[in-house]
Amino acid sequence: MTLKTILLGAVSALAFSGLASAETLTIATVNNGDMIRMQKLTDDFKAKNPGIDLEWVTLEENVLRQRVTTDIATKSGQYDIMTIGTYEVPIWAKQGWLLPLDNLGAKYDQADLLPAIKDAVSVDGKLYAAPFYGESAMIMYRKDLFDKAGLKMPENPKWDFIADAARKITDKGTETYGICLRGKAGWGENMAFITALANSFGGRWFDENWKAQFDQPEWKQALSFYVNLMKDAGPPGASSNGFNENLALFQTGKCGMWIDATVAASFVSNPKESKVADKVGYALFPTSGELTNHGNWLWAWNLGVPAGTKKAEAAQKFISWATDKAYSELVASKDGWANVPPGTRTSLYTNAEYQKAAPFAAMTEKAMTAANTAKPTVKPVPYTGGQFVAIPEFQGIGTAVGQQFSAALAGQMTVDQALQGAQQLTSREMAKAGYPKK
Amino acid sequence: MATTHTHSAARLMMAPSVILLFAWMAVPLGMTIYFSFLRYNLLMPGMEEYTGFLNYQYFLTDPAFFAALTNTLLLVGGVLAITIVGGIAFALLLDQPIFGQGIVRILVIAPFFVMPTVSALVWKNMFMNPVNGLFAWISRSLGFAPVDFLASIPLLSIIIIVAWQWLPFATLIMLTALQSLDEEQKDAAEMDGAGAVSRFIYIVLPHMARAITVVILIETIFLLSVFAEILVTTNGGPGTASTNLTYLVYAQALLQFDIGGASAGGIVAVILANIVAIFLVRLIGKNLEA
Amino acid sequence: MARKVSTRRKLVMSAIAWTLGILIFFPILWTVLTSFKTEAEAVASPPSFLFFHWTTENYAQVQERSDYFLHFMNSVVVSLGSTFLGLLIAIPAAWAMAFSPTKRTKDVLMWMLSTKMMPPVGALIPIYLIFRDGGLLDTRTGLVIVLTLINLPIIVWMLYTYFKEIPGEILEAARMDGASLIKEIIYVLTPMAIPGIASTLLLNIILSWNEAFWTLNLSASKAAPLTAFIASYSSPEGLFYAKLSAASTMAIAPILIMGWFSQKQLVRGLTFGAVK
Repeated sequence: MTLKTILLGAVSALAFSGLASAETLTIATVNNGDMIRMQKLTDDFKAKNPGIDLEWVTLEENVLRQRVTTDIATKSGQYDIMTIGTYEVPIWAKQGWLLPLDNLGAKYDQADLLPAIKDAVSVDGKLYAAPFYGESAMIMYRKDLFDKAGLKMPENPKWDFIADAARKITDKGTETYGICLRGKAGWGENMAFITALANSFGGRWFDENWKAQFDQPEWKQALSFYVNLMKDAGPPGASSNGFNENLALFQTGKCGMWIDATVAASFVSNPKESKVADKVGYALFPTSGELTNHGNWLWAWNLGVPAGTKKAEAAQKFISWATDKAYSELVASKDGWANVPPGTRTSLYTNAEYQKAAPFAAMTEKAMTAANTAKPTVKPVPYTGGQFVAIPEFQGIGTAVGQQFSAALAGQMTVDQALQGAQQLTSREMAKAGYPKK
Repeated sequence: MATTHTHSAARLMMAPSVILLFAWMAVPLGMTIYFSFLRYNLLMPGMEEYTGFLNYQYFLTDPAFFAALTNTLLLVGGVLAITIVGGIAFALLLDQPIFGQGIVRILVIAPFFVMPTVSALVWKNMFMNPVNGLFAWISRSLGFAPVDFLASIPLLSIIIIVAWQWLPFATLIMLTALQSLDEEQKDAAEMDGAGAVSRFIYIVLPHMARAITVVILIETIFLLSVFAEILVTTNGGPGTASTNLTYLVYAQALLQFDIGGASAGGIVAVILANIVAIFLVRLIGKNLEA
Repeated sequence: MARKVSTRRKLVMSAIAWTLGILIFFPILWTVLTSFKTEAEAVASPPSFLFFHWTTENYAQVQERSDYFLHFMNSVVVSLGSTFLGLLIAIPAAWAMAFSPTKRTKDVLMWMLSTKMMPPVGALIPIYLIFRDGGLLDTRTGLVIVLTLINLPIIVWMLYTYFKEIPGEILEAARMDGASLIKEIIYVLTPMAIPGIASTLLLNIILSWNEAFWTLNLSASKAAPLTAFIASYSSPEGLFYAKLSAASTMAIAPILIMGWFSQKQLVRGLTFGAVK
């Protein structure tokens, strides 16, 4: 009896009393630079929208994805606004988990959104999430090292040229590595790059009947190219390098080239963070042989609202604030134009001040317009998505395949073994998931 | 009379623990077993259907399963070996009269207080990174090529990180046991002319048997479910080189969101863990219940 | 009859012990040092050990970005709460097991321990659903409940092994005097058991403080403890070693300091019956 009373007392004493006002928006977001900046600008939003308070949950990308997916799939309603990728948006929208954003306000300029990005976050012509920043992939290279080696980067290079150049620049004695590429296993890490690479070599994940295609010659060609190149001209430990690790390597002057997301450009050219800020040049994602496919990498982080929220109006007010043109101007006035979230709006790329402040602007826009997620590779595919496949099973399969490829890069298995493993596990998982679906 | 009274009182006192733990075990376990027979993907609601043993079949025939099983055992065994040997060595050292004993003890037990996520992040980025890490710098200064820890020896690297976290625990238990060893016993042996080695083998080691058992038991419980360290450092790779059972279940549950598959994996892991537990009971029974 | 030890031997032993001790401690020391560097210095090669430009910039940035105090308080409430609740439930159970053991006592104990062997992620979704329906997601109460349950087996077992060392005759004597059960616990058992209880308490606070799976997955903003705080600093874009180090230092400092101050109490009872 006494025990029970004490017990109950203890529990209730610890209970958190929920005095939060009705209009507190809980926002789940990634701990990337642009989002952290958004969080810092909270006061501006609050000043313009009295009565709405913001609560931030900032997490590392993988943790965030698990948290928001679990939350939305179980309809737990812990978040009012979620930061989600272009991978999630179409899948979630089809499940009816996202609220269509039709109340962003009269001033919100939807027509200004980059068409490729707008398509990626719309289903049946309706916007289900608003893009916060977008990216494609491109080459970032060190002009000084290219000059020293007597090389000149064409604007539209071929993979053969890249491979030669990387090997020439590499000087392991001074810790200069010709090329840095992602190698860390994960569907959003090494598989993003390798899938884009395979696209440019003419490979595809699945044929029209959802049959895995890793046994095809294009994949062998692409993967051998990648593994051999990294062996000769890549940094040590490449198989655990993802975007961040490579960024750190490039910023500290250890990479001759880095092919990755276009958003990286503003980091590598920022003199506060990068030792090589004034020496960076940009070029399009390479193509292979006669093909003109630049890999079709396209990604955006977007703000979406879970269906069933009771704060739809406030949530859309916030999204409108964070993704409209006025936000770009706000960031520009505080931190300069180079730090404006890139890759979502046409107007940004016609803005003279932005072009002046961001030497990478033109190349970013070119890369983004070149990306076509509906037709990622030459051969027909049953899926959409450039550097990913927009089906729910892809996260698991992509990561498992990524592990195989990462093992090939680490030299723990041969390219053939890795492809065989990838083929086998993909077929297994697809069979388990019941593909081909009608 | 007194005995009956005591026994019923005892039962009453045990009740909250037993009932709570039983509920904590039975409810999720029941749900997990139920889910494990369903085709249930969190991302495709409304499509749940009974699939029999399909999830088990897939989990057990997963090419990664055998690797995960081996890695789990290697991880547990490796960490146990390092922490027990290291723990005894440290305990012997700290049992000696040394200057600043208290401070050294503080230094040695410190890793025990560090969150697993933090220690994995620190080891990965600041020590084992082959370019910016401290180890790479040391080996370059000595004229060697830096070791790419997480790619070439992933499992060993994780064993090192986890062992670093658990070494303090082992040291403390061993030290307590060692300090309870009768000085006179040691002295007597010394007078008999026993050398340091034979003194250690015939007197100290048998005395520490219980401590060693305790370390094995407690650490095994925690080591079977090592997860954060793997997630932060290698993501189970390259390939499946550092995937353990817990990580494999994680991949099903939070990457694939395949709740059916993850539940089946969880059940398999529980069964395997209980086999280990039975083995441990035997061990304990012999050593702990004198 | 203490043995005489030569000063030389003591010196040699001290040197070895200090070297090893510093090696073991070095990763923590290095983290703390790095937290006072600039990001560029944090990855500089050769690394600078002490002679760098000391800055508290990283701490300022971390503080600006996250509400450290909220996370800290959540960690404190959750680990203390679950520890006290756990002790409250476990002390009677351990007492009963130690002083009126039955044939099944040992099986019950082992069964309790075996509940800890299930990989937590396997049970995540069931627990998550229960928490959602019970309104426990992102509440301190919910985290207290979960942590109590996960650590209960260890608490019971640790207390049990400690209680068992208390000679039964003393209790018999107390009973002869007509002391009631409750009194027996309060006046006889408790004082003798204090060291064991204290170190169980400390060990549990440490375990709860560092538990990262459940606390991270069952909380969002209001109840998020320091483990969630760390998750917002691991691998962001750009150079992050220094900021990560600052956040790490802030997350582990409280428990490290507590551990150091209470290490005597921790050690005294941390025997798990290993000492006869």
